[in-house]
Formats: sequence, C-alpha cells, structure tokens
Amino acid sequence: MSSYSTSELYSIFIMQSFAGFSLFSVLLLMALGLAIIFGQMGVVNLAHGEFMALGAYTVYLCSNVAHNQFPSLAGSYFVFAIVIAFFVAGLAGMFVEWALIRFLYKRPLDTLLATWGLSLIMQQGFRLTFGAREVTPTLPEWLMGSFKPSESIDIPINGVFVMGLTLLLTFAVWVFMFRSKTGLQMRATVQNRAMSGAVGINTKLVDRFTFALGCGIAGVAGAAFTTIGSTGPDSGSRYIVDTFLVVVFGGTSSLLGTIASAFGIAQGQSISGFFLEGTMGKVAVLLAIIVILMIRPKGLFAGKVRS
Amino acid sequence: MNTLYNRFIGGKSGLTKLLVLAVILLVVLPLTMSVFRLNLVGKYLTFGFVALGLVMLWGKAGVLSLGQGVFFGLGGYCMAMFLKLEASDPISTKIQSTPGIPDFMDWNQLKALPAFWVPFKHLPISLIAVLVVPSILAFVIGTAMFKRRVGGVYFAIITQALALILSLGIDGNQGWTGGRNGITDLRTMWGWDIRSQSAQYILYFVTCLLLIVSILGLQWLLSGKLGKLLPAMREREDRVRFSGYDVSMFKVFTFCLAAALSGIGGALFVLQVGFISPSLVGIIPSIEMVIFAAVGGRASLYGAIYGTLIVNAGKSLFSESFPQLWLFFMGGLFIAVVVFFPDGLAGVVDSAGKKLTRWFNEKKSGVPPGVSLDDAMLASTAKPEKS
Repeated sequence: MSSYSTSELYSIFIMQSFAGFSLFSVLLLMALGLAIIFGQMGVVNLAHGEFMALGAYTVYLCSNVAHNQFPSLAGSYFVFAIVIAFFVAGLAGMFVEWALIRFLYKRPLDTLLATWGLSLIMQQGFRLTFGAREVTPTLPEWLMGSFKPSESIDIPINGVFVMGLTLLLTFAVWVFMFRSKTGLQMRATVQNRAMSGAVGINTKLVDRFTFALGCGIAGVAGAAFTTIGSTGPDSGSRYIVDTFLVVVFGGTSSLLGTIASAFGIAQGQSISGFFLEGTMGKVAVLLAIIVILMIRPKGLFAGKVRS
Repeated sequence: MNTLYNRFIGGKSGLTKLLVLAVILLVVLPLTMSVFRLNLVGKYLTFGFVALGLVMLWGKAGVLSLGQGVFFGLGGYCMAMFLKLEASDPISTKIQSTPGIPDFMDWNQLKALPAFWVPFKHLPISLIAVLVVPSILAFVIGTAMFKRRVGGVYFAIITQALALILSLGIDGNQGWTGGRNGITDLRTMWGWDIRSQSAQYILYFVTCLLLIVSILGLQWLLSGKLGKLLPAMREREDRVRFSGYDVSMFKVFTFCLAAALSGIGGALFVLQVGFISPSLVGIIPSIEMVIFAAVGGRASLYGAIYGTLIVNAGKSLFSESFPQLWLFFMGGLFIAVVVFFPDGLAGVVDSAGKKLTRWFNEKKSGVPPGVSLDDAMLASTAKPEKS
C-alpha cells in the first residue's frame, strides 16, 4: 500500500466505491425480480438468470432492428428496448407459470429442480439462436464515455445510467407493492391464500401476474446489463447464486432487506476484490455471508409473519 | 441370524433386487464390455455413491443438498493429494527448481510443501481423510443449520453457495490445489500402477463391491429406528420433535453419512479416472448428481444406482451423437421427472409390478371379461393383499 500517495489512495477509494455502487445496482436489479418471485411467492426460480439473459438478447435484437431498419432511432431505441424487454420476459414468465410452475406450488424443492431444467433448455435455446459467442448491442452515443471530475478519477456514464435505472425500478416496485390495489392483492395472497380467495381475490390470476412481473423485472435487469457487459448463453447462470444469496441474506420477505443486503454484498465484494485477487475476494464475501446466515438464518431483516 | 438377514438384505424382494444388480454389475457388464467402457461404467458408479447419500438425505429425510459435489470433491482431493505426492518423488521431479513437490507447485514458485499437504504422504491417513474430511465439514454445516431449524429451500441454496465457494476457492489457489486444471498425472498407489488394464479391472470390481456393501449397510440402517424416523421427519417434523426426538441430530447424522459416502465416491473416481478438478465440485455437477437420484427414484437405494447409470449412459450417448440436443434432453429430463414421475424409475417399476400382480390375480380368481374396471378394483382391494 505504501507505494500509493494519499491523493491516489483517495481517487482509488472514490472509484472503488463507485464500482461498489455499480455492483450494488446490478445485484439489486437482479434481486428485485427474485425478491418478488422467491421472497413473496416462495417459488425457487433457478431460471431467473435466463430471464435476464432473455431481456439482454431482446435489447440486442432491438439494436439490430433499429440500426438496420430505422437509423433515425439509433439514439433513442434503447429506452424502447428496455420496455420491450420487460414485456418479452414478462410474457415468457406468464407462459412458464401456466405451463410448469402452477403445478408445483406445494413442492418447493421440486420447483427448484424443474426450473433448473428450464434454465438448461433456455440456455441451449439461446446458444442455438444467437450462437455460443457473446453479443453486445450497439449502444447509443450518450451512454458511452465517462465523467472526469478530477485528473485521476474516472466515472463511466453507463454505470451512472444503471444506477439511475435501479433507483427508478426500485421505487416503482415499492409503489406497486405497497401503494396499489394489485400490490395489496398480491401481498394478501402471499400471507393467506384461503382468506384472500374468500374475499374475492382471484389467487390463481394473482400468482400468474406476480410471477410474470418478477420475470419482467429480470428482463429489465438484463437489458440494463447490456450497457456494462456482453451477453452470452450462460450469462444468467453466472449470477444466479449471488442473486439468491442477496435475497436470502436480506431476509426473504423484506424489500428493504434486499436493498440493504445488495448494498453490503456489493461493497464487501468490491473492496475485498481490490485487496485480494478477484475470485478470492468473492470467495471471502460468500464465506462471510454463509457464516452470518448460520448465525442469523432468517437473514438481516426477518419478516414478522409466522409461517 | 434370520433378523440380520432380513435387515441387511430386506427379505425376499430385497434379495431379488440385490441379485439382479450384482449379476448386472459383476457378470453381465464385465463380460460384454471392453475395458475402456467398463472403466467408464466404473466412473459412473462412483457418482452412484453420491446418489445413495442423496436417497438417504433427500428421499428419506426430505433435506435437499445441492452441494454434494463438495463432499465428492473433498474425498477425491484427499485421494489425489496422496497419489500426486507419490508421483512427485525427488527422482522423477529432479528437473524442477524444487524437486520433490508436485509439478504445479513448482510452476507457481512454491519452495516447500504446504503444511496441509504433509499428512497426505501416508496412505492410511489419506484413506481416513477421504471419510473424515467430508464428514467434519458436513457436521459443522449441518449442526449450524439444522440446530437453527434451517431447512428446505434455504438449505438447498446455502449448500449450492458452498459448492460455488469451494470450486472458486480451488480455482483461485493454483499453487496449493492445482487450480482449474486440478490434480492430474496420477500414476501409482504404493507402487501399484493404477493406469494398467488389470488395475482398471480390479478397481471396477472394488467399486462395485463397495457400492453393494454400502447399499446393504444403508438397508440395515433403514430397517431400524432411522428408517421410521427419517420419513416421519420428512412428513411432519414438528410431531417427531414433540415426541421427544432430537430431530436436528438425526438430520446431522444423515448429512454426515451422505457426505462420507460422497467422499468414498470421489476417492474411487480419482483412482479410476486419474485426475480431479474443480469442475467436479461446482454447482453444475452437484445438481446433476441430484438428478441421478431423482431419475432412479429419490427414495430407492437400488433406483439411485440405475438412475446414475442411465443418465450417464444417456449423457455419453447424446454428447457423442447429438451434442446440441444433450442440454435439451437433460433439461427435459429434470422437468419430466419432477412433474410426471416424482418417484422416478423405481416408482414406475413398482406400479407396473403392482398392475402385473393385480392382472395375474384377476386371471387366477377368474373375473369374467366385461366386468367394469371399478368392480374389478373393488374385488382386488377387498381381498387381503399378500405383501
């Protein structure tokens, strides 16, 4: 450490913590959808990463279409692409719920195996459709480049964009879950299915809608990831364990917990990633999470609802 | 004597199953297959140990671990470390800058053997470690989790994270573990060349015999108190707890047992295949091992072996002839087994067997044709069934 001067250390600190914030938005984006599907519905969706990849590939397709057919849209297509990614992933989720998940609500461990099978099928589908090589959409100009507040600090714009999108989406999810009628029905169904049915909520429809919503959010997350990395057939599966750990670590039934745990894990990972070698930093953070989960099995923010 | 026979073999039907498996493994396959294919079957059978552990843990006790590859890998690494040290004697490694240490350590500029490698210079210690190291890890994790009543999905996710941690950890410490390439180039065990054809035959039979002994041992365990308590815990854990049983310790015991079995499997894998690497430890192999047990029938010991053999044979067949379709097949298998055949192959065979006996009984008792199915069912259920 002694080889760095104080101002260099300061710049490194700023940039590392920005990298941490960037990772925080990534983890939170991934975990938001899962916090709904796993945290609220209790469905272990191991294909969640593939829904993200679906969103990312949608953006890739949109980028191709925009650049080949409508060159005038080259600067603005990305905004539409995010919306399209939401609906594509959401509709796919709706279909999966109807075809597979609804038979397995009573058997959570079996859902886990079935969705793992689904993820294998989706991965191979991506591989056959888009090829085994990673793809990147052509990003609009305004997403490129970086801010330079000082000589040695360098903050990429795409990172800021992802952060902004994360904030927006988190706020939207919060409003939807806690301030809208559909959100109320969703939470009621989760807490007491029989009673919700008795007061006239169509619980099966709510289930399908909730699952689709979670998948749609995963699609948006995938769309956002195209700005910071390329997309391959197995991109989704690389994140799935982290995503589940974020949700479990935060306490499954708490949105605030998910946010807090995404923040903690991201900062831990980016700081330890600087001091230790890349993978070992991740190993250290994962180990810390496991140890904390052994002491506090319900996660940081345990729900007060009795099971 | 009679009770012991019943407890180990499982009576008449158990004897049939045992004989069928023994004849297939010990007579039919060795006579019909080349030594290369037989070695492949031997490799699959080492996964069978993991599947047996999963039958106990998941099928019987209802606890799904997605980290069994960790224990398989630990057992394998314990064995591989011994074999590697024997292969790296000072004479054959004299071109290294530090002779007498494994080659990958030399490539990573290590000057001396790390302390945790030293015990693995001795075969007996290594063989004990194959059993003990996985069991200790399982005991620590199991006690921490089950005592706090963590189970179900959470346990599955945490064990999956464990598989990720270990595979990343091995990958990241190249000098200590051989990194991504794993520990390769293993040759002899106490001077016995494990790569020769005769050794491959012997190791195949050792694997089969150990597998059969494991099945009998597990049957003996299941015919006692454990066989009643584990399914009871799976169905209504709270009631078992209220009856005064320490549920968590039974789970810890089963988890350790499954871990030790996986460790044996890993060690036999290393002996037969000649290498171990983090690719056998991570998330994907761990969850594939679950599907072996699921295809065979999650609660059937014999089913687990057949499931392992069939899925692996299918994998070889598909990846040789239709590599692109293999993942579709595997994914479809996961879904189909879960949705349509939750009891796996064993369930299908059992229900087919029951239908056959019913059909046979009908023939004997002479239910005339034209009687509706419902009547026939009533007739067959009215009779006291011979079990």
